[in-house]
Amino acid sequence: MGQSRSRVVSLVPPPPHPRGFGVALVELCPLPPRFHLPPEEALVINDPDFQHEDLNFLSRSQRYEQAIRKSSLMVMKLREYGIADPEEIYWFKSFVHRGRPEPLDLHLGMFLPTLLTQATPEQQDRFFMPAWNLEIIGTYAQTEMGHGTHLRGLETTATYDPATQEFILNSPTVTSIKWWPGGLGKTSNHAIVLAQLYTQGQCKGLHAFIVPIRQLGTHEPLPGITVGDIGPKFGYDEMDNGYLKMDNFRIPRENMLMKYAQVEPDGTYVKPLSDKLTYGTMVFIRSLIVGDSARSLSRACTIAIRYSAVRHQSELKAGEPEPQILDYQTQQYKLFPLLATAYAFHFVGAYIKDTYHRISGDINEGDLSELPELHALTAGLKAFTSWTANAGIEECRMACGGHGYSRCSGIPDIYVTFTPSCTYEGENTVMMLQTARFLVKSYTQVSSGQRVAGMVSYLNDLSRQRIQPQHVAARAVTVRINDPVSLVEAYKARAARLVEAAAKNLQAELNHRKSKEDAWNRTSVDLVRASEAHCHYVIVKLFTAKLSEISNAAVRAVLTELCLLYALYGISKNTGDFLQAGILTDTQITQVNQRVKELLAIIRPNAVALVDSFDFHDVHLGSVLGRYDGNVYENMFEWAKKSPLNKTEVHESFHKHLKPMQAKL
Amino acid sequence: MALLETSKSSLGSVLGSMNPDLASERQTASFSVEKLTAWLDGGVEHTLIRRAVVEAIESDPIFSRENQYFQTQNERYEAAVRKAVHLQKKMHEMGWTENGPEFKYIYRALSGDVAFLLHRVFMRSISVLGSDKQISKWIPLATQYRLIGSYAQTELGHGTYLQGLETTAVFDTTTQEFILNTPKISAMKWWPGDMGRSATHTVVFAQLYVHGKCYGVHPFIVQIRSLQDHSLCPGIIAGDIGPKMSFEHIDNGYLMLQNVRIPRENMLNKFCEVQPDGTYVRQGSQKINYFTMTTVRISLIADEVIIPLMKACTIAIRYSVVRRQSKLKPGEEEAKILDYQTQQEKLLPPLAAAYAFHFINDYLQELFNKAYSEIQNKNFDTLPELHAFSSGFKALVTQYCTSAVDICLRACGGHGYSLLSGLPSLYTKIVASCIYEGENTILLLQTARFLVKCFKAANTGQPVPPSVTYLAAVKPEKCPAKNKLDFLCPDIYTKAYQHMAVRLVSSTAAKLQDLVQSGVKKHDAWNQCTVQLTQAAKAHCHYITVKNFVETVEKLETKAGIQKIMKHLCDLFALHGIFSNAGLFLHDGYISGAQMDMVTASYLDLLAVVRKDAVPLVDAFDFTDKSLNSALGSYDGQVYQRLYEWAQKSPTNKQMSPAYERYLKPLLHNTLSKL
Repeated sequence: MGQSRSRVVSLVPPPPHPRGFGVALVELCPLPPRFHLPPEEALVINDPDFQHEDLNFLSRSQRYEQAIRKSSLMVMKLREYGIADPEEIYWFKSFVHRGRPEPLDLHLGMFLPTLLTQATPEQQDRFFMPAWNLEIIGTYAQTEMGHGTHLRGLETTATYDPATQEFILNSPTVTSIKWWPGGLGKTSNHAIVLAQLYTQGQCKGLHAFIVPIRQLGTHEPLPGITVGDIGPKFGYDEMDNGYLKMDNFRIPRENMLMKYAQVEPDGTYVKPLSDKLTYGTMVFIRSLIVGDSARSLSRACTIAIRYSAVRHQSELKAGEPEPQILDYQTQQYKLFPLLATAYAFHFVGAYIKDTYHRISGDINEGDLSELPELHALTAGLKAFTSWTANAGIEECRMACGGHGYSRCSGIPDIYVTFTPSCTYEGENTVMMLQTARFLVKSYTQVSSGQRVAGMVSYLNDLSRQRIQPQHVAARAVTVRINDPVSLVEAYKARAARLVEAAAKNLQAELNHRKSKEDAWNRTSVDLVRASEAHCHYVIVKLFTAKLSEISNAAVRAVLTELCLLYALYGISKNTGDFLQAGILTDTQITQVNQRVKELLAIIRPNAVALVDSFDFHDVHLGSVLGRYDGNVYENMFEWAKKSPLNKTEVHESFHKHLKPMQAKL
Repeated sequence: MALLETSKSSLGSVLGSMNPDLASERQTASFSVEKLTAWLDGGVEHTLIRRAVVEAIESDPIFSRENQYFQTQNERYEAAVRKAVHLQKKMHEMGWTENGPEFKYIYRALSGDVAFLLHRVFMRSISVLGSDKQISKWIPLATQYRLIGSYAQTELGHGTYLQGLETTAVFDTTTQEFILNTPKISAMKWWPGDMGRSATHTVVFAQLYVHGKCYGVHPFIVQIRSLQDHSLCPGIIAGDIGPKMSFEHIDNGYLMLQNVRIPRENMLNKFCEVQPDGTYVRQGSQKINYFTMTTVRISLIADEVIIPLMKACTIAIRYSVVRRQSKLKPGEEEAKILDYQTQQEKLLPPLAAAYAFHFINDYLQELFNKAYSEIQNKNFDTLPELHAFSSGFKALVTQYCTSAVDICLRACGGHGYSLLSGLPSLYTKIVASCIYEGENTILLLQTARFLVKCFKAANTGQPVPPSVTYLAAVKPEKCPAKNKLDFLCPDIYTKAYQHMAVRLVSSTAAKLQDLVQSGVKKHDAWNQCTVQLTQAAKAHCHYITVKNFVETVEKLETKAGIQKIMKHLCDLFALHGIFSNAGLFLHDGYISGAQMDMVTASYLDLLAVVRKDAVPLVDAFDFTDKSLNSALGSYDGQVYQRLYEWAQKSPTNKQMSPAYERYLKPLLHNTLSKL
């Protein structure tokens, strides 16, 4: 039973694994840090206050209610245990809510931090402690019904009235209604609202305002405020994403967040000092999404691989019993590359977070030199990993056949919870184009004779090659398909080629057209491809680099196999790029395809151990198919009996509809 | 409020008036939408019938789907039963019959949101597998809904592989009865629709035992619920299998049998019979069984797969001309998102695919009708080809359309995730089609088996069906294209697809042979080649789809305006396939690196061309707003107003949340300890 395992590996000897790499692997994975408290996961999971009926059987209102109940208790317990570090709160929360969203997410994740970073000391005195004590529950209202990623397009207005020293907030059109903010619909009584500031007849651009929206005490909406829930979504049942419409709603001048920009009592606008720091927050949040891609994909892989070891189907050999479906090559081909991907993304997520922490020291001292590259890289990696994980989770579900479609498999829920990350915190295509902008800029620098540093330094080689008559292709024969380091070089050559091609196409378009934007738009498919190739290279590079850090020989061996599979599978899925650039020959491609299949067979005996190493507790996994003990069928039956349709032996629609019909016909 | 009333998209009266951003798209159509619709329907007379059926259904409030996104599983189920019952009345009222021209449009008009679909499968299996005596006993009862049927094949532990089923039916000569049992948990019937709550009878597939000998899987009619009070019959345990990713309106069920006795006459015995003394007799050909599966696979392609893709394209494309985001040129208004190349590359290939698959469905229907008339004359020659094609295309089309609907969903930004966009429900429903009626990987392997067999036959001079004669023509050639315009020549790209399909089939067949010759056992060799085999099967189906699209366009000579736009779509479909599978075409140098750049250039040019007609092309699918059931995809483009008004009807907004009094209030008033 999963429940008998403890997260603290040192207390309980782990089950034996084929190569004895279990413990080492668990420690290697960037899963929850072992912070100084007692084992949190067990603490939360065994706490009777956090138990409830299977969420699959509850209506949306009931799920919201359960989430609120648990969040309320969670806040109390965080205080009780003295947990205040954002990362520790993050893990505690993810255990309480088992990786699901909850109505206080925006209060804890956006409202409080924004007060800390953008409020003046006076404002902090007024708002922070009440918010900390949850007398004020806030959310962050940026997105509007008609406007998302393009912030300058937001339409909400805040017009300063010097006569009363107030801002008048308005939602002038239906498209300007705030739409989607989490916790806005039913939970929050305050919101930080982003609006176009007008003072002395001039628009000063977007600024943030603290707006009370519901009456303290009765929780009724204030006059001039229309607020509510935006209705059912694809997942996120426990979250009251909301709408907010403001009609001549007045707030005092002191409610504008004024640490940077200010409006003086007479309406004079004081500009903020330049502020690249918002980059830092975005990098941090996107690094969390990369980690989330890894975790969500790991969960889906755990379920699909364990179930594939339990499920028997058809025959491989006439007359023999039905084999485990994990023995079919096609099943391995679906699942093992995803397993390798999950490991790769874990390392990428850890890398970004470490880099962020490393350079955030520099940032505090005013050195922003590394920030643009990291910002560009995380934008692309956020898109690359969330797209891949999104598709991968669905593949895992389909690899479980019909039962994957039942909510008892847990995968539909992982999918609907994860898939919005392709859109939020920066729509993926837009993210890819941000990375492309940085790549093109770097390429232009190299073309004009400068050298570039960091992950794009391979572009420096392009200028050298141009002097030589030979194309990059000349190096084809040097790729060794069993050597990860050599494969990194192949991915590097592909990225260089696609960045160069996109940059040249962009230049050609620019020569034809007047508008820069038009030329950019007409090259954007190429640009996205270049970004993808760059991100793919970075991931293979980071995975390969990780191998040399592993001291345990058995762990290094199995991870080297996964790394090879990740790199070779990526080539086999993008053979066009490698062939067209002459990086690999036809014969090598055939060898790559063959080697991928050999690796599947090599990884097969360790497959279950590799997902066990992710160390997800059954309660956290939330899947009947993915149970640690593999008792799938008995538990599916037990689960189904609790279905709402089974509450009565004869369903009421028999008496209402079926019986009268039978009587009439 | 003053500002609100003067604004372009002000609150209040815009519903019903046309959003100018959508209106402008329709003014520039290069063809007549009405004519294209009629052609897609197979003639204007069909369009008229279809519209009449849709109108009759949609004007009846019982069939309304407006509230379905807000309903619980119990409410959805009850609504589906209510609709199914009401439909009987409606058909009678309207004079529609099962053999009439209206019938096939009813399901489309209801968007499948109705119960008792398995009742029809129950009836069909009795008609096909039952003797004349059984048919005359059961079919009238079923027609009059004296009983409600289901079809119980899949078990908890066993799906596609029928021989693995574990339910048993043991013949007892003394009582002339079969005793049915579920010997273990994995043998429980699991998933059959209508069985969880509605059905009174079901066709159970079980291993037949007579005098201790197993005769394999056979079908038996078993009563599971009382016809009086609907309670479960003795020895029966049945219920709903619980919530799924979609299909909330269907009571997929489980069934456990404990020494359930049924009379000897309840075994469906057209082909196999157990005589009173226990003698087992086999009669006639069972090949017809394949025909049933084939029928189901072909019929689901249109209703369950292509129509949802067409709806998703309609919603996403209309929304993409209403939604404006960022600026393409400084100083101008924010651009329609469909003007971004990346958005076109997401949405226009799925649109082209919707047309391509509509035509492949016509192709399959034709193949099917031909086979059907031959089978009537006891000629089963076409059956292997039909079986292989229906399997392969079912897999190709369901897989492609599922990811295309997902792309449409994510192309609508945040609003795509709202159930009110209509896209999440389309996705969660279509995605099941990759699994049911044969898991896709297994189906592709069946097609591959047929192709490998035909390849060998074709190359040893034996006759093969006309659709696969191309496999004999293995020539070492190169693509002759010289510039990007050459790739707009159907002959050039069709040849490229053909070459690629032949290469994949022949290299896999060679690999299989090598392995066997080197001493690998046949089944191991097969398993080691399965990844390649599925690729070969897909390549074949992709080639046939392109070829069929080209031929369809050629036949359009008389309809100039329509032919022109269809030719663009055909080119787009073909070049997108080459662009996104570049490696397969580059592999043996059939297409060179330089030629691949030409393909890319032509493909990107086509996006801009098709962009201009994108809205008319989805208008031609002719879905009513009620049938789309989407705030983003309505014909008038009043997206935001509709979204706002609809959201306000959400039950979460109707009452004060109980969560406030119970949890939020104590939380806000800092009295947490009382919780």
